[in-house]
Amino acid sequence: MGIPVKAIIEVRNLDLSYDDYMVMRNLNFTVNKGETFIIMGGSGCGKSTLLKVLIGLKEPEKGQVFYNGEDFWAADYSRQQEMMRGFGVLYQSGALWSSLTVGENVALPLQLYSSLNASQIRDLVELKLSLVSLDGCADLYPVELSGGMRKRAGLARALALDPDIIFFDEPSAGLDPMSAKMLDDLIIQLREDLGSTIVVVTHELASIFAVGNNAIFLDDQSKTMIASGNPKDLLDNSKDPKVIQFLTRGRR
Amino acid sequence: MPLEKLTFNYSQGDNTLSVKFNGAWQIFTKIPPVSEATSQFSVHPDIKIIILDTTELSAWDSSLVVFLYKLIKECQGRNIEVRYNNPPEGMEKIIALTLTRTDIKIPPKTAVTDTFLEKVGEGFIGMGQGLFILLDFLGEIVQAFGRLIMGKAYFRKDEFMLLLQRCGVNALGLVSLISLLVGVILAFVGAMQLKLFGAQIYIADIVGIAMVRVMGAVMTGILMSGRTGASFAAELGIMQTNEEIDALKTLGVDPVEFLVIPRILALVIMMPLLTLYANLMGMLGGFVISVSMLNLNPVEYINHTQAAVKMSNLWVGLAHSIVFGIIIAISGCLRGIRCERSASGVGEATTSAVVTAITAIVIATAVITFICQVLGV
Repeated sequence: MGIPVKAIIEVRNLDLSYDDYMVMRNLNFTVNKGETFIIMGGSGCGKSTLLKVLIGLKEPEKGQVFYNGEDFWAADYSRQQEMMRGFGVLYQSGALWSSLTVGENVALPLQLYSSLNASQIRDLVELKLSLVSLDGCADLYPVELSGGMRKRAGLARALALDPDIIFFDEPSAGLDPMSAKMLDDLIIQLREDLGSTIVVVTHELASIFAVGNNAIFLDDQSKTMIASGNPKDLLDNSKDPKVIQFLTRGRR
Repeated sequence: MPLEKLTFNYSQGDNTLSVKFNGAWQIFTKIPPVSEATSQFSVHPDIKIIILDTTELSAWDSSLVVFLYKLIKECQGRNIEVRYNNPPEGMEKIIALTLTRTDIKIPPKTAVTDTFLEKVGEGFIGMGQGLFILLDFLGEIVQAFGRLIMGKAYFRKDEFMLLLQRCGVNALGLVSLISLLVGVILAFVGAMQLKLFGAQIYIADIVGIAMVRVMGAVMTGILMSGRTGASFAAELGIMQTNEEIDALKTLGVDPVEFLVIPRILALVIMMPLLTLYANLMGMLGGFVISVSMLNLNPVEYINHTQAAVKMSNLWVGLAHSIVFGIIIAISGCLRGIRCERSASGVGEATTSAVVTAITAIVIATAVITFICQVLGV
């Protein structure tokens, strides 16, 4: 299809709607392997809807999403499910299964899809939990954790199957600056140490500049993508007043 | 006599109305309506300038701002110039802020329809959609069951055991109490009529047949709708709200297979057992009342019960209970999994699960009774 090998996600002519209300038209962008890709824009611009389409939870109105050259929404259900196993998703709330302990949460994907035995799974769960600095928390239930710890536990679960792409939905929402910084550092570490491809939906400026090396900016008024590129370059070179206003918090 | 809050002074020469604000203008004090000031416009139709004199104002808050906002708006409409005399610090700024409105574009809502025919039409469309959602869900359940039978579905045994406990053992207390009392009520109601003929011993037949054939299953069904059906809906609804179901989907796990199938199975296994137990408790209730208060012979009572209650009655009762189990689990899980993502959504899902289940139970009972009648069971 002529898609460069480097592109892990390619979005073509995507239209998004929310409750029968058109939120975004004609989105086109590419996420390359190993980069941290930021989807930014004001509240209500359709960032979360776009994320839902990318992770396979919501069918787009129109357009295609290619993963490694394969059209996700044209694939049949079982193939879609297989492809989804290659994603790790950290939800805004963490979305840990509340009836399971933290360890069981991380273990479940492995029990479902790996051929490891119970003790190997246990070791792997410990490894994933220590990766997010939650050593010794395996036997706690999600309600016993703080907001920041829940997100880190959610990240450990997202990493369980060593996914090709990790999606983050508003990772720093509702976190204190220290916890948010810690999560940003984790994202950087994931990219640098594991070479993961990361897609982050956020409007947190600190995160955008700290972790992002490619970004798109969605505008709710024109219902389209109005800028793309490295966030720092956008800050220095963009001529679009909306982008400048967003990236400088309206100070310029 | 407290000082008037508003006093007006009109000067004919320069067409100026001075509005003087006195005392405290606060939310917790009584303030005059705006019409008191705007009525001056009709008294003096040639006003050009209005002076808002707040020299005598002792205290103010938002209530004064709202009053002035309305008054100024009225003045702007009539091209009357507004001047302040000695305004308290900050008041002018707040009023200026309220006068500059930023309108937020809200997507247009679909027109509200209220003619009778439209309502009827919408009701039918809604019913059709509801039926479609139900059929869709049933289809998913059948597919997931297929995978379970083929051994391709993921099934958590520990979780299933816990569900069995929640649906069965934990409900025993409630089922005991209600069934026992239903037996007692049946015995009393029967006794009132049968006493007229001196045939009280037939209470044993009434209680036995009624409990085993239908009442045991129906009462257990209604109890379990309120208890377990509601809890399924709330549990899955909260999982939906917390994105836990999304997290399953992105893991490539079918939520129906993972969450719904074990719940249906647990309830279908436990409902007949609970019904058997309810039958026994109901008959016990009838027995205790008949022997202790209606002076029937215990041995005769037991013999009558044994003679009256046929195995066919028991099978009919158990068939009811299995159908009810499926109804309760499906309505609870369907409402929960399709729940709107909000606190009120979870509440609605729970209510709807119980109402749907109880309605469906009553309809199913009528249908099964009719079928039994036709078949002569």
